[in-house]
Amino acid sequence: MGWFSGFSSLARFLQRVFGKKHARIGIYGPPNVGKTTLANRIAMDLTGEIIGTVSDIPHETRRAKLKSNLKIENGNSSLMIDIVDTPGIATKVDYKEFVKEYGLDREEAKRRAKEATEGVIEAIRWLDDIDGVVLVMDSTQDPFTQVNVTILGNLEARNLPVLIAANKIDIEESSPATLKSAFPQHPVVPISALTGHNMDTLYSKMVEHFGSKRRKKKRG
Amino acid sequence: MKSGKTGITVNLVSRSKLEELTSGEKVEYILNEVKKGKILVLESGLTPTEQSALIQQTMKKIDHDTFIGIEMEGYPEEKLGFLQRLLGIPRKPRLTVIGPAHLLKTIKKDDAVIETVIVPGKGVT
Repeated sequence: MGWFSGFSSLARFLQRVFGKKHARIGIYGPPNVGKTTLANRIAMDLTGEIIGTVSDIPHETRRAKLKSNLKIENGNSSLMIDIVDTPGIATKVDYKEFVKEYGLDREEAKRRAKEATEGVIEAIRWLDDIDGVVLVMDSTQDPFTQVNVTILGNLEARNLPVLIAANKIDIEESSPATLKSAFPQHPVVPISALTGHNMDTLYSKMVEHFGSKRRKKKRG
Repeated sequence: MKSGKTGITVNLVSRSKLEELTSGEKVEYILNEVKKGKILVLESGLTPTEQSALIQQTMKKIDHDTFIGIEMEGYPEEKLGFLQRLLGIPRKPRLTVIGPAHLLKTIKKDDAVIETVIVPGKGVT
């Protein structure tokens, strides 16, 4: 399946799930799982522009970034989407890690840590303003983290449509099957946002999972 | 468990104690205790909404020199059967351990056991 047919699948998915021609999709997950890489992959495909910078240092994205009005052509019709690339959600932020493990100077590390804490709050607030979520997980890591469980629990409580992107399958140690068995109640699609591998399947699985029924979103 | 001045307090908090509190009070209580350096084992954990509220409040309290956040591990809410859903019985969150991130480290978590280690004297003062 080529990238154009992938877009068509995505367009169908969005129209079926959200029942409208404009939907806002949040990209969520813990720090350093590849959220911005995935957001950039989608935005590059649709507009030729990236959303944000990526880095090996955790909490590179510290403010939510919104890319609005991405137009998806689907035969005779078209669809507009907004992509929200959110900061990584964490329960702790230690500036000393930035100093010891990534060589940042103390002041820069403290500033980064402070911005990261604000980013976590902002990411959670954005849950009130989105129509669906792509939850990104690192398929090389243990999936049973409290952050993953907390995010999923919140999405379920709000009845928000969610699809898990098991990212980093280009890495040899990845185990997307572990993610699938950990969260059998949700569709899990192995992808590499870095290489673009399996992105078409991601879109197709969205269509398959959500079908034509639009879920009513709960607030709060 | 408390052993002298440098000891670490672990509080086992009963379901009835938690049920006396509103969600906001629960989050405030937990965060106040954890900021004092205590580790809490909650008989009944937090709902997803309470967990995200706790994370948000934790982020506001982080000061980078004395408090870097929390470590929290628990089990998702119990799944309800058809009859329970029909009767409108609310889902109950399960056992959860919460502590200051500089003291409490999760080693392993599976369907049956959460293994944590307490690292006294590490990190912040």
